[in-house]
Amino acid sequence: MPVRRKESRNKLAESYTIGHENEEHGHPALQHHFENMEQQREASTLGMWVFLVTEIMFFGGMFLAYTLYRSKYPEAFASASNHLDLKLGAINTVVLILSSFTMAMAVYSTQIGKRRNQIISLVLTLLLGITFLGIKAVEYHQKYVDHLIPGRLIPLRPFDASGVHLLPGAAKQNVEMFYWIYFAMTGMHAVHMIIGIGLISVILFLSWRGRYGPEYHNPVEVSGLYWHFVDIVWIFLFPLLYLLGRHLEH
Amino acid sequence: MKAMETFVTPTPSRVNYLNATYGLKSWLLTKDHKRIALLYLGSISFFFLIGGLYAMAIRIELLTPQADLLQSTTYNKVFTQHGIIMVFFFLIPSIPATLGNFLVPMMIGAKDLAFPRINLLSWYIYMLGGIVTIYALLAGGIDTGWTFYTPFSTSFSNSYVVAAGLGIFISGFSSILTGLNFIVTIHTMRAPGMTWFRMPLFIWSHYATSLVMILGTPVIAITILLLAFERLAHIGIFDPAAGGDPVLFQHLFWFYSHPAVYIMVLPGMGVVSELIANFSRKNIFGYSFVAFSSLAIAVFGFLVWGHHLFVASQSVYAGMIFSFLSFAVAIPSAIKVFNWTATLYKGSISYDTPMLYALGFIGLFTVGGMTGLFLAALAVDVHVSDTYFIVAHFHYIMVGGTLLAYLGGLHYWWPKISGRMYPEGWGRFSALVVFVGFNLTFLPQFVLGYMGMPRRYHVYPPEFQVLHVLSSAGASILGIGLLIPLLYLIWSMRYGKIAASNPWNLPGLEWQTSSPPPTENFELTPVVTWEAYEFAPAEEIQVVGKFRDTSVEEV
Amino acid sequence: MQTSWIPFVPPSASTLSGKVDALYFYLSGVTAFFVLLIFGVLIFFVIKYRRRSPYEIPRPIAGSHKLEMLWSVIPFLIAMSMFAWGAQLYFQNRRPPTNAVEVYVVGKQWMWKIQHTTGQREINELHVPVGRRVKLIMTTEDVIHDFFIPAFRIKADVVPGRYTTQWFEATKPGTYHLFCAEYCGMNHSGMIGSVVVMEPTEFDNWLSGNTNQQSPAVAGQQLYQTLGCVSCHGATGEGGRGPALGGVFGSQVFLNNGQTVKADEAYIRESIVNPQAKLVNGFGPIMPTFQGQISEEQLVQVLAFIKSLPAQGSQTRPTAPSPAGSASAAPSPAVQPAGSK
Repeated sequence: MPVRRKESRNKLAESYTIGHENEEHGHPALQHHFENMEQQREASTLGMWVFLVTEIMFFGGMFLAYTLYRSKYPEAFASASNHLDLKLGAINTVVLILSSFTMAMAVYSTQIGKRRNQIISLVLTLLLGITFLGIKAVEYHQKYVDHLIPGRLIPLRPFDASGVHLLPGAAKQNVEMFYWIYFAMTGMHAVHMIIGIGLISVILFLSWRGRYGPEYHNPVEVSGLYWHFVDIVWIFLFPLLYLLGRHLEH
Repeated sequence: MKAMETFVTPTPSRVNYLNATYGLKSWLLTKDHKRIALLYLGSISFFFLIGGLYAMAIRIELLTPQADLLQSTTYNKVFTQHGIIMVFFFLIPSIPATLGNFLVPMMIGAKDLAFPRINLLSWYIYMLGGIVTIYALLAGGIDTGWTFYTPFSTSFSNSYVVAAGLGIFISGFSSILTGLNFIVTIHTMRAPGMTWFRMPLFIWSHYATSLVMILGTPVIAITILLLAFERLAHIGIFDPAAGGDPVLFQHLFWFYSHPAVYIMVLPGMGVVSELIANFSRKNIFGYSFVAFSSLAIAVFGFLVWGHHLFVASQSVYAGMIFSFLSFAVAIPSAIKVFNWTATLYKGSISYDTPMLYALGFIGLFTVGGMTGLFLAALAVDVHVSDTYFIVAHFHYIMVGGTLLAYLGGLHYWWPKISGRMYPEGWGRFSALVVFVGFNLTFLPQFVLGYMGMPRRYHVYPPEFQVLHVLSSAGASILGIGLLIPLLYLIWSMRYGKIAASNPWNLPGLEWQTSSPPPTENFELTPVVTWEAYEFAPAEEIQVVGKFRDTSVEEV
Repeated sequence: MQTSWIPFVPPSASTLSGKVDALYFYLSGVTAFFVLLIFGVLIFFVIKYRRRSPYEIPRPIAGSHKLEMLWSVIPFLIAMSMFAWGAQLYFQNRRPPTNAVEVYVVGKQWMWKIQHTTGQREINELHVPVGRRVKLIMTTEDVIHDFFIPAFRIKADVVPGRYTTQWFEATKPGTYHLFCAEYCGMNHSGMIGSVVVMEPTEFDNWLSGNTNQQSPAVAGQQLYQTLGCVSCHGATGEGGRGPALGGVFGSQVFLNNGQTVKADEAYIRESIVNPQAKLVNGFGPIMPTFQGQISEEQLVQVLAFIKSLPAQGSQTRPTAPSPAGSASAAPSPAVQPAGSK
């Protein structure tokens, strides 16, 4: 199937044809079961919002467990939280917020047809996302070194809270509970980040191929929605996990 | 009929969705919602058979007070697996994934669901979940009860808990994706003129069901994950010795599993609305009340989970609140029953098989629903909790309700799906057999329960035997009643009478296209100018067709 | 309300049974009414309005707001009556009883271990007198079970890590079923027994015939010694390195973090298995945990002993009540810990 691609910035979509020259249907990206692009755009946006609602419910279960056990063992949770690396966590927060900004820039650039900015923004988003995961890996490694991987997940290195300074009233076993929740929540978040990075990579590749422009940019928007959601989850995780009772620790 | 001639409907077309393309790949890689519905129909029937075999084993064992057929561990696995298969692999997908998938686009005048590939994906996810669960069954089974209560399931059971949990976890995503697809389709793909309040009530109830699916299912997903982590890595979240709480599991589990029962019954109610209206040739009495009741049930359904914890050391005050809300959630269902009954008033009622199933639903659902009130009443629930009263109650709703609606819907839309009619005489006969067998099976169980017979017992005091024998006798009749349709429906696919496009003569959009329909459902985009269930005299009905050409202006 | 002559109802043997049955009959009556109504109307309509000609189309009827109101409000009111009755009965029964005799129940796979405060121990059987309120303090050693007595219309789950309670007052002598009503594994169906209700004199005879066992409080006192509680809390619970235990049960305790809690059974149990959770104000986290070293049954015995300790300043020596003169050895007080509070 022949591919014709023109350099024109503003007429990207019209010049784009892959094997559908014979069809009278409007846009080449229109799927057969939709009446028109407007309907397709509406459906795909609503679909992503509904999906994000299900993700909220999914993370919600873990937030509930966190809330319950934090209220039961506040001193243990504060002690464990103080032991997390605040610096790395804060850097990660900034990294992720920046990546949401670059993602928004990517969407905007696509809408106004600035292809170069679109590609650069997407690449930056990708790099920032990978940076986040890299820093997370460093943090996880630190936990491994400090014997803070809970339970016997690492058989030769069972959990040992001796390195954690315990605030008055904190019990060691409840410190372990904090780390379970920490790994479950940040781990689940990291999985979503990886999926997001995969998604952005695909969008980047297709953007490079010239598929998205002012005429057709909904997939970029919808991926942006997903990315922003993953960012927002972190915005909640960061204070709840890293900033408990910092004022108690001197 | 004269009216039908004004429709621009193709006469029995030689090319329809069933024969448009051939070959295994064309079915396994299909994007057509109708073919996907048939894929589900096959797999759901398969799981129903397995669940039914387990049920048979239970009822045979319970004929005698001693353990003569099955050993304790085996019996424990049998009832657990009966529950898991029936709930997660039959009831939850049944109507939405088969009838819903087939009909939702057709009833609103669309060519397909919003996301056809996600629809196919959800079938594969369901099959993967099913395979993992079957692996768990064959590898040794699971004996925790379908409710998986901790700490038994996390620290004491020696069975394949994680494998079974994984199977259920995977199949949950199938549910979520189906619900997502329906919501987006109903919002964005209605044909011109199909306003919200012209939609059939089948669509309203599937919309409400989808809300529950997308909001509730993720919670069971995370609950099962936590259960698996607890069992594998002993994180302590449900273990009091580690600072955890075993009752937390119950709260998390029932937060989904109560709304899940509404996932099971709401689509059934949608089918019943269709059957009652269409087989009395009248619009549903109080259409908007029925539509809003579906939404109310979906919302309130999330607020009552604590009624499963009245004797589980939940606080008295929480108990009171959940009891009050549980009574409140019964009211929208009552409203529906009254509206269905009122629809029959001065109707023109035919006794076709689907109508018999619908009438059976109304009667049996009333019994099931009213016995639910017994359970909402705190003091009575304390006595009957975990007894056969509960078992009888939920079987009245799930079998007397959902299963009957499923069968009714299957018969009703069978000509549309297969292009053939089922044999009406056999249809009516089996409906009767099912009704009699069902009541004989489960009515004695109410008595058993109040007398104190606990559930999940295979050995019991001899004074309960008479009622158990009655119940098992009923079960064998029920089994036969369910087997007969399986046989004649398969028979009819080859030898049944060829069906017209609109064999029942009805105004619904799905009947305005051929039976079976073409792959794209409608040759012309329908423009809807009539209300739901509008049985206006023939001459007044009009359909205007619009060719599928985006260069033509929207009407 | 005597319901023993009505079939399909278990024996009515407690003060609660008749009341629950009354509500049940009300519910059954309302159910029967509506079921018959709906069935009847359905059958009537289906016959009267059957299709007579293949092409007839009845006149559409959209609805009626009045009817909708009627059949929303009336069922709601009926539902509320059911709610109120059920809730009131439930609330009455969940209030802790006054003047109740306590019996400890420990469930385990797959048996019920029962201990009377007077020392009698039973397995899968519970003997109680007629006309006396009995409060069950229950827990489990392993998984969740449920202590179900159909004749009394009561049941409650037993949950690991906490105490649950229920109470009853038996009214009719006889032997009644006891079932486990929460699935607990292989022998769940076998975790059954009997509740034997006796006339008061018979019950006294039974008690005196079963006296060669220690009361839980005395057994608890021995554990108190052997586990070393004595060294910090004092032989008569006068305290020392640890807080005083005399009179603590039922009192308000002021904690390290400023909160005040009631020292009920759950608090005392928790303080033994997880001492750091609620530290008494003024005391450091020096008490070791006994998690894993003490079984639920033993916990219940220590609990009974601590309950029996009078407040400081009282002259009475702490001994357990044993009416039939059991040979309960009162251990001599241990040496006072050096360095008092």
